[in-house]
Amino acid sequence: MAVFEGKKHPDLAQTFNADVERVDWHDETLWWVRKKRDRAAYNILDWELLRNTASAIKDDVLSNLHSYLQHFEAKAIKNGITVHWASDAAEHNQIVHSILTESKISLINKSKSMLTEECHLNEFLKKNGVNVIDTDLGERIVQLAEEPPSHIVLPCIHKKKEEIGELFHEHLGTPKGESNPQALAAVARTHLREVFLTRNAVITGVNFAIAETGEFVVCTNEGNADMGAHLADVHIACMGIEKILPKRKHLAVVLRLLARSATGQPITTYSSHFAKPRGGQHMHIVLVDNGRTRQLSRPDFRNSLKCIRCGACMNTCPVYRRSGGHSYHNAIAGPIGSILAPNLDMKEYSDLPFASTLCGSCSNVCPVKIDIHTQLYKWRQVIVKEGYSTKGKSAGMNVMNFTLSSPNVYNMAGKAGRWFLKNVPFAVNNPLNPWSKQRDMPAPPEQSFKEWYKRNRGK
Amino acid sequence: MSSREKILAAILANQPASQPYLDEIKTPETAADVVEEFKIVLGTIGGTCCEVADLNELSVELNKKSSAGERIISTIPEVAIGGNDNWREQDPHLLENVEVAVIRGHFGISENSAVWVTEELLHQRVLPFICQHLAIVLDKKEIVPTMHHAYERIAQAEYGFGTFIAGPSKTADIEQSLVLGAHGPKSLTVYLVG
Repeated sequence: MAVFEGKKHPDLAQTFNADVERVDWHDETLWWVRKKRDRAAYNILDWELLRNTASAIKDDVLSNLHSYLQHFEAKAIKNGITVHWASDAAEHNQIVHSILTESKISLINKSKSMLTEECHLNEFLKKNGVNVIDTDLGERIVQLAEEPPSHIVLPCIHKKKEEIGELFHEHLGTPKGESNPQALAAVARTHLREVFLTRNAVITGVNFAIAETGEFVVCTNEGNADMGAHLADVHIACMGIEKILPKRKHLAVVLRLLARSATGQPITTYSSHFAKPRGGQHMHIVLVDNGRTRQLSRPDFRNSLKCIRCGACMNTCPVYRRSGGHSYHNAIAGPIGSILAPNLDMKEYSDLPFASTLCGSCSNVCPVKIDIHTQLYKWRQVIVKEGYSTKGKSAGMNVMNFTLSSPNVYNMAGKAGRWFLKNVPFAVNNPLNPWSKQRDMPAPPEQSFKEWYKRNRGK
Repeated sequence: MSSREKILAAILANQPASQPYLDEIKTPETAADVVEEFKIVLGTIGGTCCEVADLNELSVELNKKSSAGERIISTIPEVAIGGNDNWREQDPHLLENVEVAVIRGHFGISENSAVWVTEELLHQRVLPFICQHLAIVLDKKEIVPTMHHAYERIAQAEYGFGTFIAGPSKTADIEQSLVLGAHGPKSLTVYLVG
């Protein structure tokens, strides 16, 4: 994405970390959301059973995607919906544009869809003369700021209310200095009502699509997807092919998990089931691959396709909370973004699997039990093998390999390390060693464990 | 080869072997008093619950508002609004000035206070979203404990559009401060009858 100017996670995180107060605030806010998730989860007696069930349903989806997608397509067509297939982002964007051109519509509104972010649809449509207004409040805010969302559920979680007030002052004419969330949201309500009432086409995302019935479900708290969809003559719903569920009853499992995992709510305010177009309305679904079948071919990584986009892994991640969503320079940030992105472009996103402590908290909160931290670890190995790791990291790994392969070298390196730390600490506490950026290296021990053992227990 | 064929061929080549999968979802333990749970949860998500013997009082109150010039729409015969207009046939955009809408819900769910409504109860899909305030009338006997029970109820029902509504429209996008009335209704009142 252009705004990131080709920078990688460590550099972007460093920029975010320049403002210590903001980092603390960001960290605490997301941890608060994580705690709300915990309370909601503990209220469900069978939470773990629910996670296991969701995981099994999604396994079944991946194993039978070929037939489920065709079932879904046939039912949707029977319901009066036009179904399109797109191999990649470019084709997806072309399809959306051609539907709008055919309908002679150049002003549209869009509810939240991470897929359209992944495909950079807004930029494409803008270049082709179509004006898009995002109607989720958080997305509208980052759109006004000309930034991408920094979180899949909470798009402007990185912004302070004063900054939002400034944006609204500039673009929506609120009084200078107004930063009260109630007042700002009220202005946004009026502004976006006008958008809903005057724009004749809407793009929505899809949370779940049901093979059995051909319907799709869109979840929002604001009601923006519904306001857009029920007023527009043309409704285009864009979905990744992995969003399929076999049966309607499976929605019970995923809807119980989704909002509780995301924000700690028992369910989103609206869970809307679109089965047929409204009288006189044209409804389209665009089924998008864009690398998903490639990810399906990787046994170590295909589980990432089970994701239901709740964002729980981001809220809990110690790296995400302290580096901010933009440091991932990808539509989907955080741990799940870091295992999805290398599939899209291994070179471009080779840094992301390393932006993790591998603590495993992400896997522990994931409602569909994706082994996120294991996949991060496995991506690191793939990336190094394919030659996409940074030169410094590869060199370090080679030194490490040499040192750990030979007991003599290992013993000597330990001695040398202790000597350096004790006698010339500036040799390690300097800008060349990234570990010493926010910390000093610890005081060296007098001896290694091996030396201590030899002296005390060795005889 | 079309994109459809290309994608389907790639899926067929790459999808893992099917694993034995339990189709039966265990129905969980349920709250002892679903009405009580429904009321409590609705309060926590910003809604209001009114237990009433009948809808006479609501009807009188809304007719008063209607006489005062506010646009009130009721989809249910028990709440008849004098001088009701032809809103069912209107362009949905013209519902933009509806102050209060009264609709019936098929059933509610106590674990999350969501109410299931479908197109035939709404007549206009946009109605429960575009109004400033929403009132849902629900039979007290029509409350099920969990989402699993909800989909057992819905089963194979045919509808063009259906939605679960849980509380008023809301956002917390500005510094996680909860604001009721993002785009849809600023308030939701559920009238429990029976």
